[in-house]
Amino acid sequence: MELDPVLLSRIQFGLTAMYHFLFVPLTLGLSFILAIMESVYVMTGREIWRDMTKFWGKLFAINFAMGVATGITMEFQFGTNWAYFSHYVGDIFGVPLAIEGLMAFFLESTFVGLMIFGWDRLTRRQHLTVTWLVALGSNLSALWILIANGWMQNPVGAVFNPETMRMEVTDIFAVIFNPVAQAKFVHTVSAGYVTGAMFVLSISAFYLLRRRHLPFAKRSLAVAASFGLASALSVVVLGDESGYLTTEHQKMKLASMEAMWETEPAPASFTLFGIPDVAKRETDYAVRIPYMLGLIATRSVDQPVMGINDLVKRAETRVRSGLIAYRGLQTLRKDRDNTTARAQLADNQENLGYALLLRQFLDDPLQATQADIHRAAQLTIPPVTALFWTFRIMVGLGFFFIALFAFAFYVSATQRFERYRWFLRLALYALPLPWLAAELGWYTAEGGRQPWAIEGILPTHIAASSVSGGMVLASLIGFIIFYSVLAVVDAFLMVRYARMGPDDALKKSVTAPEDALSAATPTTEA
Amino acid sequence: MTLDYEVLRLIWWALMAALLVGFAVMDGFDLGIAAQLPLVARTDTERRIAINSIGPVWDGNQVWLITAGGASFAAFPLVYAAAFSGFYFAMLLVLVALILRPVGFDFRNKISDPRWRATWDWALFVSGFVPSLVFGVAIGNLLVGVPFEYTDELRIVYHGGFFGLLNPFALLCGLTSLAMLLMHGAAFLVLKSDGTVRERARTVLSWSAVALVALFTVGGFWAAYGLDGFSIASVVNPSGPSNPLAKTVVRETGAWMVNYGAHPWTIAAPVLGYLGAVLALVFNRSRAEGLTFVATAVAVLGIIATAGLSLFPFIMPSSVSPDSSLTLWDATSSRGTLLTMTIVTAVFLPIVAGYTAWVYRKLRGKVTEAYVRQNTDTAY
Repeated sequence: MELDPVLLSRIQFGLTAMYHFLFVPLTLGLSFILAIMESVYVMTGREIWRDMTKFWGKLFAINFAMGVATGITMEFQFGTNWAYFSHYVGDIFGVPLAIEGLMAFFLESTFVGLMIFGWDRLTRRQHLTVTWLVALGSNLSALWILIANGWMQNPVGAVFNPETMRMEVTDIFAVIFNPVAQAKFVHTVSAGYVTGAMFVLSISAFYLLRRRHLPFAKRSLAVAASFGLASALSVVVLGDESGYLTTEHQKMKLASMEAMWETEPAPASFTLFGIPDVAKRETDYAVRIPYMLGLIATRSVDQPVMGINDLVKRAETRVRSGLIAYRGLQTLRKDRDNTTARAQLADNQENLGYALLLRQFLDDPLQATQADIHRAAQLTIPPVTALFWTFRIMVGLGFFFIALFAFAFYVSATQRFERYRWFLRLALYALPLPWLAAELGWYTAEGGRQPWAIEGILPTHIAASSVSGGMVLASLIGFIIFYSVLAVVDAFLMVRYARMGPDDALKKSVTAPEDALSAATPTTEA
Repeated sequence: MTLDYEVLRLIWWALMAALLVGFAVMDGFDLGIAAQLPLVARTDTERRIAINSIGPVWDGNQVWLITAGGASFAAFPLVYAAAFSGFYFAMLLVLVALILRPVGFDFRNKISDPRWRATWDWALFVSGFVPSLVFGVAIGNLLVGVPFEYTDELRIVYHGGFFGLLNPFALLCGLTSLAMLLMHGAAFLVLKSDGTVRERARTVLSWSAVALVALFTVGGFWAAYGLDGFSIASVVNPSGPSNPLAKTVVRETGAWMVNYGAHPWTIAAPVLGYLGAVLALVFNRSRAEGLTFVATAVAVLGIIATAGLSLFPFIMPSSVSPDSSLTLWDATSSRGTLLTMTIVTAVFLPIVAGYTAWVYRKLRGKVTEAYVRQNTDTAY
């Protein structure tokens, strides 16, 4: 069997990105919760709030290390596995990544050491400032990464340059203020806040169930409940869909999430449940809520939402137009001064990427037949059934979080922890759900982007490096083993420290147990 | 002076060099200390002294690498694409090492079982040793030439495997880089520790400085007389589009020395490399700890600048298709992107430098045995 480096690179990138995103949302949310707790400490001067900051900070540090470690993988992989992507769009895509380093990651990482080790070296206000700067840095970091990601979904402010065979920036402000990126930022950081809040809520509920650390757990739960309620409302209300009508393929993503084969007249209804049948292009047993989709997607009641079949027809037109651009480009490469070819390219350049879709099954797109063009247009349909379900489960979880945090808020406000022990148990078992929702959300956003690496511009199929399938398989297996070991170790430490609780985890021991240790192992050097 | 395309390209060549030097000076000592952990620290307390000397700062320092990576993506996308995919397994090896580092630092102290700690000590050693060596090997391969070529769509095709990177000259450069970072790491450790650890670090510093001078000298002669350097044979348009296939390149022995003859001021780079290493030896002997660290930092600057200036204007020459070689005239991003990046860097790099200095000032002082014993749970 031929190993496909593109497919393997996709699996590798997908797995390592989803793995990285096990740690990111907790960093985003917990950093703010730490800052809130420490602010209360500085304002009230009560030591318990400092201990809360320190204990949750300890768990934060374990998670932060994994987030930093796995984040480097993402940056490396654009070069190692997606070299043509890096070449083709580095002029635009590299900019937010570089700014992220300079503006956000430096801030976050330089101060995190002082946050963890600097308690005795700083005044209260200085330390509080440092904690806020860490929270600010990690959130700014998310902003720039999502500007980069938003550009992959909605590539604005750039144009193809035939001299350099790549996309180049024409308007950097359009890239930065990309509406898709802004929507993604708000939605993603809110999801992170929900994750942080759930983490604190669940572990606090665990202590309350065991009747341990009561004053500590009650206060932590109160912070988690209020921060979590605000965040859960924000993550649902400020969903990601607001950007979905900006471009053709975002419309395709939306239609696929809805398994909506035919264009719906305004106001479109929302399919609450159904069984998409991709072969027949129907959705069986559909339960629909009138008006809902029109409201979600267009924020209006008078705009229609396009269906998959109509979007495929439009894609066919774009492939044809793209072929004119492609022909122009080929001529231009042999004869730089051919003005007809230059005009052909210029007039059709926004569709050039659609001609590149043909490369998935044709070496020379210019030989494309009617059937080939039809086939290329069909490729623009992302995996409908998967998107339909991932999106629905994510949204369902979002509403569940609102209810959960609202009730937590009520329980915390009335202090009826003993009466609602069933709720504490529910809160404990709900711990993994924000991670599930976040991963499903990423699948919806990025799986829905397929077949494009850069929407409408660069098909995923040709974005990969010219490395062999065997090489990528070897690195993929390496990642799976290495990451699995790290996941086990990380989970082990997290559970251990969470179970230990604040009293033991923060003990200021001076008995130096390592004396015995070093005496027992005088020759452990590497 | 207007910021035309040519000037911006020169600025970005210099800024990339600055970011790499920034990485080697700031994170280099973290790598060097991790790599000398088995030499300088034998008991758990000693290891903790060494680890805590960089505990609060390695994370911020590592961002120099991440920013250098991001900046090369933005400013030199062709180099980024060619280097990372061409050095596929070497990059992944560095990656594994860099992943072991944060988790090693953070996980090691969480459990006091000796086997647990010994395992993470190994991981930390690997996390310092492997990148110190591999970065040097990579620079060495740039001077030798890397076996890649471009199709006319500017897709990179690579004709070599991982073991091709391990040629003798590149390995020599790897050892040079290892010696350099061991020396630099030792200088920081001397500054931040006392007692036995400091004494051992002094010894590591002396030996690695001597080794560095020897390896750097051998490398210099080898590059001058033993390597076929590269030079551009066609007329270059420094403001032309970034297309590496638009030029002709020839190979000749001694081409890597041409810049030193044409622009004698560039000799300052190797001179600083030697001067830094020799002064480090002298200051180390006279126990001037701060000056020793400054001297090793100067050596790092001089040695990296030497590699960069020898290659100039090349960045990543191709051994199999010299015309495909990447130079600063044909591997950058567009003028608009370079301009944006220049403004962003000019604004943020001084801010970063400012708060980094503040953090180091707050953390000044030595990590002593008493400190690590009193902070068994709060320090690493």
